[in-house]
Parts: sequence; C-alpha cells; structure tokens
Amino acid sequence: MRYTILMHYPELAASGELDEAALKEGMAAFDKYARDLHAAGVLRSGEVLQPSSATTTLRITEAGPQIQDGPFADTKEQLGGTVVIDVPDLDAALEWAQQAPSAAWGPVEVRPTATYVVDGTWVPAP
Amino acid sequence: MTDADARAIAERTARASYGRLVAILAAPTRDLALAEDALADAFEQALTTWPRRGVPANPEGWLLTVARNRQRDVFKSAAHRTSAPLEEGDGVIDIDAAFPDLDALPDKRLELLFVCAHPAIDVSIRTPLMLQTVLGLEAAQIARAFAVPASAMAQRLVRAKRRIRDAGIPFTVPSRDQMADRLPAVLEAIYGAFAIDWDSTAESSLAGEALYLAVTLAALLGTEPEAFGLAALIALSSSRAPAREVDGVFVPLDAQDPGLWDAALIAEGEAYLRRAHELASAAPSAGRRFQLEAAIQSAHVARFFGAETDWVAIRALTAALVEVSPTLGARVSLAAVTARLDGAAAGLAALEGIPETFDPARRLRVALEGAGESDSGTHRNIPPTCS
Repeated sequence: MRYTILMHYPELAASGELDEAALKEGMAAFDKYARDLHAAGVLRSGEVLQPSSATTTLRITEAGPQIQDGPFADTKEQLGGTVVIDVPDLDAALEWAQQAPSAAWGPVEVRPTATYVVDGTWVPAP
Repeated sequence: MTDADARAIAERTARASYGRLVAILAAPTRDLALAEDALADAFEQALTTWPRRGVPANPEGWLLTVARNRQRDVFKSAAHRTSAPLEEGDGVIDIDAAFPDLDALPDKRLELLFVCAHPAIDVSIRTPLMLQTVLGLEAAQIARAFAVPASAMAQRLVRAKRRIRDAGIPFTVPSRDQMADRLPAVLEAIYGAFAIDWDSTAESSLAGEALYLAVTLAALLGTEPEAFGLAALIALSSSRAPAREVDGVFVPLDAQDPGLWDAALIAEGEAYLRRAHELASAAPSAGRRFQLEAAIQSAHVARFFGAETDWVAIRALTAALVEVSPTLGARVSLAAVTARLDGAAAGLAALEGIPETFDPARRLRVALEGAGESDSGTHRNIPPTCS
C-alpha cells in the first residue's frame, strides 16, 4: 500500500530558535532517513517544505480568487514535509513514521493514498 | 431434507464456524464488511441449495468456497459492489466436489483479534468489533449490551471496518518482541465484553461470549499466561452468576449459596489458572493483572469446596493487584479486605485518596462508617474483582 507520511512540527528553525549545530544535526538525520527509505526500496518521493512564513494560500470566493499570505490554518505545529512510501501495510508504515526525524518534535500522520499520478494520469493506489 | 433441516444445519454451522470463516475470508483483503456479506450470501445460498441437493459432507468448506466466489464476483464488478444479485446455485457449485477442510486451514481468528484491538482502532469500538466479527453478533444485540441505540452501534461498526480496510491494518500476529505492547489491548477488549455484564441485565449479558473469546485467544496463543489468566478470571467469576441474583434481588458474594455456583465453570476456570501458573513460572512474561484477579476469584471458590475463605491470602493477592494495576476498583477491593481483617477504621484509612465519585468507594465508605467501631463483616460486593 502507498502511504504519505505527513510530518508536522513547530517551526523552530524559521524563528531562529535553533542554533547552527542543531540544524546540522537535523539535516543529517533527514539524510539518513532518506538513505534508509531508499535502501529498503520503499521510498517513492519526499519533500521538506520551507517554513509556513513562505507559504501563500489561495481561496476561490464568490468575489473571485483571494490570495493570502501564510498557511490555511495558523497552528503551533505546521506541515513541514511529506514522504511517500510503498509498504505492505499500516504496521510497516507506522514503523517508518516512527523513524522520521521529525517524530521527536511533533506528530507524524500516516495516511493511505487513494490515487496518485503516473505520467499525467491518475491511477488507483494498489 | 426439508427447508427447516437445512436451516438448522446452516445455523449450527454458522454458530460454530462464523469467526473462523470471516477471518479466513477477510485476511487477504482486510475487508471485513465484504467478508461478512459474502458469508451471509453463502448462508443464503445454502438455504436454497441444501434442501434440494442435500447437505455437503463438509458444510464449512462449501460455505467458504461459495463465499470466496462471491468475493471474487464483487471484485470483478466493483461497480456493482452493493447491488449485484445472487446467482442461482444450480450449476455453480458442485455439491460433491472436494471442499477445503476448515480444520486443515490456518485459524485466522487470532489475527482477527489483533486487528480488532489494533492501536489504530478506537478503544471504544474494539470490543463490539470482536463480538461482531469473531462471534457474529448482530449490531442490535451488541448495542443492547452497551446501552446505545442500535443504529449508532451499527454505524460505528461499519466505520471501524472501513477503517481497517482503508488504513491497511494487517491481519498478522505481532512478533515476539511486539507481543508485550500489543497483547494488553486484546485482553482489555475481551475483558470489556465481560465487564459490561456488571451493568447490564441478565438477558443482555455477554459473559459467555467473553469467555469464548478469552479461551480462543488463550488456545491460539498457546503460551501467554495472561491470556489463560483472563480466561480463568471470566470462567470463575461467571461460575457465580446463578447465585448472584435470587428472586430478582442482588446477592452479595458473602451471602451467596455456593451450592448454586456452576461446578463446570469452576473446574474450567481452575484449569486455566493452573495453566497460567505453569506458563508464567516456565518463562517470564509481561503482565500479571488478570492472573492475580483470577487467583482472587479462585480464593473465593474455596467456599464451594466447603473450606473457609482465606482472607489473608486474598489481601496479599489484592495488594499485588493494586501494585501492577492500581485501578480504583482494585484499590476499593483492597480497602474492603483490609476492613474485614483489621476493622472499619483501617478500611476507611485505606479508602483515603479514592474519589467519592467512584460509586463502589462511596458505598464502602458509607458501609464502614455505619459499622463504626463495632466491626462486623463489612465486606461489600465490589465489581469486578470481588463479587
């Protein structure tokens, strides 16, 4: 089954609350995570996002498109990155979610994929 | 063969094998609702086919084959998921064909129990899920026991099954090193089916179902002392059910006539408890709560054999229980035993810190204050450890 691991955490790096060493440590942990996922043959894609201060939210209203700075929900923890994996079941997905470096800083959501795009076409997730 | 005969055999097979069939059907796809529907269709087909063509030598294997065909049909025409009419049985199933022998297939009920109590499943729906998928209870019957509207229970069960399928919860038995993390939830959910008995009327009691689930779990796991401990606890507690109510009036343990206790359940419970002890002393294992609760029950059974109740032993067991599982119920039980052995004042002291909002605590305090210094038998019936 295909799952997206959604990593939520407080944006300490953006607010300058993380020092250089901690930042380096975090990046090293993400490097290792990607290598492990790749070596296991389960990694489909991964993105770590820029902080929500860089995000822009679009809403179509009756008055037309409305563009707003900031995330759609202003919460303490923000979506910080996603990893798509293909594993046999939820237990395997949870095992990988637990190893996400961000798990130490905030909740990790594990969500099964319904459909995904291959060459511009939606295919149902296996 | 009459329709009634066919129905009787189908119903007997349903009762005996429902959970095994559902578990086998659902394991590959994780789709419990589809497995249950396919099996229901297979039973329907049996009712029309068996009276005309005779009951197959292996009814379970027949039902499994028909249900599997049905699952395949649904997969093939996903568009007709809910509305495809059932084909006429003639020509589709050869009644003399060799059907799989259910006893030769792996029993997937253990996997099913772990699915129902998976950490990704809401705690409050785990027990109802087990009752429905393993035992085939109707949502309405489960709803009665849990005192919720039938439609609400049915909806929650449907949602939970959909979640099992969609989230990809695997039909697997946890590995040795995961067992200690995962087993308590299964035990707790089975215990839940037994514990609601204390609040419900006799006709909605699920104590028999809880015992069946506990024994199934213990037998399939084979070497888990706590599973046998739970089976012992339920069997021994249930053995006193016939004496618990006389002429519609609740009878506390002390006042019960041991002659009314169920000898077969006592023997069964004692056997499970012995097995739990053997296993626990052979290999260290996680958790002792249910073994301790069963041991307390077993100590109460002494009266059945004409012996005096050993309250000192019960106090030691209850103290050990409070240590491993400091629930309010266990702490009140300890206070009650303390009052019996050391007097009302000691019992009241042991009640210190237990909130009055916990009804057994309030009742015990009232009783002990009423007893004052006179200190007669003040032991009260405290569910679920001591009644």
